[in-house]
Amino acid sequence: MIAAMVYALPFLWQGFVLTLAVSGLVVAGSLVIGLLLGTALAFGPRWLGLPIRVFADTARAIPLIVLIFTVYYGLPALGLSLSPFWAAVAALTLFKTGHVIEIVRGAIGSIHPGQMEAAKTIGLTFANRLRYVIFPQAVRRFLPPWINAVTDSVKGSALVSLVGVVDLMMAIQQVIGRTFEPMPLYILGAAIYIAVNATLSIASRRLEARFAATVAA
Amino acid sequence: MDYHFNFTIVWRHAWRLWWGLGLSLQIALASLGIGMLIGVVLAVAYTDGRRITRMAIAGYVEFIRNTPLLLLVYLVFYGIPSVGGFAYDATTSFIGTLALYAGAQLVEVFRAGLDAVPPGVVDAGRAIGLTPMRNLIHVRLPTAFRVSLPALSNAYVSLFKDTALGSVIAVPELTHGAQWINFNTFRILEIYALLTPIYLVTGWIILAALRLVERRYAIVRPN
Repeated sequence: MIAAMVYALPFLWQGFVLTLAVSGLVVAGSLVIGLLLGTALAFGPRWLGLPIRVFADTARAIPLIVLIFTVYYGLPALGLSLSPFWAAVAALTLFKTGHVIEIVRGAIGSIHPGQMEAAKTIGLTFANRLRYVIFPQAVRRFLPPWINAVTDSVKGSALVSLVGVVDLMMAIQQVIGRTFEPMPLYILGAAIYIAVNATLSIASRRLEARFAATVAA
Repeated sequence: MDYHFNFTIVWRHAWRLWWGLGLSLQIALASLGIGMLIGVVLAVAYTDGRRITRMAIAGYVEFIRNTPLLLLVYLVFYGIPSVGGFAYDATTSFIGTLALYAGAQLVEVFRAGLDAVPPGVVDAGRAIGLTPMRNLIHVRLPTAFRVSLPALSNAYVSLFKDTALGSVIAVPELTHGAQWINFNTFRILEIYALLTPIYLVTGWIILAALRLVERRYAIVRPN
């Protein structure tokens, strides 16, 4: 069992890097878009909020695998052909953006409206109200669920193997295709995913502690 | 855009979608049921157990929560039979996987539920002479269950979505039905234009129905 794992490790490296790349792109993309849309949902006018609301609810209610297939198989029929890698990244980002919007809205919603009013009273512009008053407080509510979303992205990235991207999951399948020993490889794969997510969790706990300390001071 | 929608050929095979939808809902229900059993037993064991029990349960929960569901599906379907020397059909294997997956999440849910039972109520149970077991069955679990109801509704909808992964091991559920039609008719956009709303609308209906149940039975935690 151990021998099979040691044998497989070098073959998994490239897939592992790709899994990290997919996860990184998805996390970064969904964070940027989700922050913008989530803020627009919290403070924007109704005509802007409604489509964002619909998008966030729809993206979260569709199985990720269906979303990936729709983007990968469906878009070419509409004349937009994406490589498997970018189709998978796009689909995962759409899915995650839905979650981030919800987290941002929740974090901003947890700030007492009096904070916004007080900031207005002392004459801060809207951008400065967000920057100095709302965001520094909201970030504490934002981080814990967001870190969950990040580990979820790492796990979700395994689905890109279904459209032929050679990520960690696919690399595992390929080695099994040669050795016909599934169990050691799946256990090794689980261990690698767990190691990545455990690292993220530990890092996030440090991050949370830091933000909690600076805001409390 | 020069794609011509043609739903006629899709309607001819649409029964695979309805049939798959039924199977998806059943798989979700079966795995929720088994998962709840796992969740309740382990939550009680965690709350009342010793350190070593707690560590074992935490290990199970962390393993499942940090591993991609896709990998778990493969592990149970391809991995376990390869070392166990037996085989089972895809649907059984998939229900087992989802049950293990749901169980890990429901341990946390029920643990929170058990913690939410006011200590005074448990003391009262002891005061009227209930044995620890009877106290658990008649006092703690019913309260914990009602506190956990909203989380259970969410778990069911989430499991319904996760059944889509069954398609990778050819469980004939909703997504697999859609893929079958897709590969046999090549009406790609029509299939996904149908599949997506089916998931959406079914999810909404389940959630709305379960919210009604909650309104009747759930205890809202004061906080």
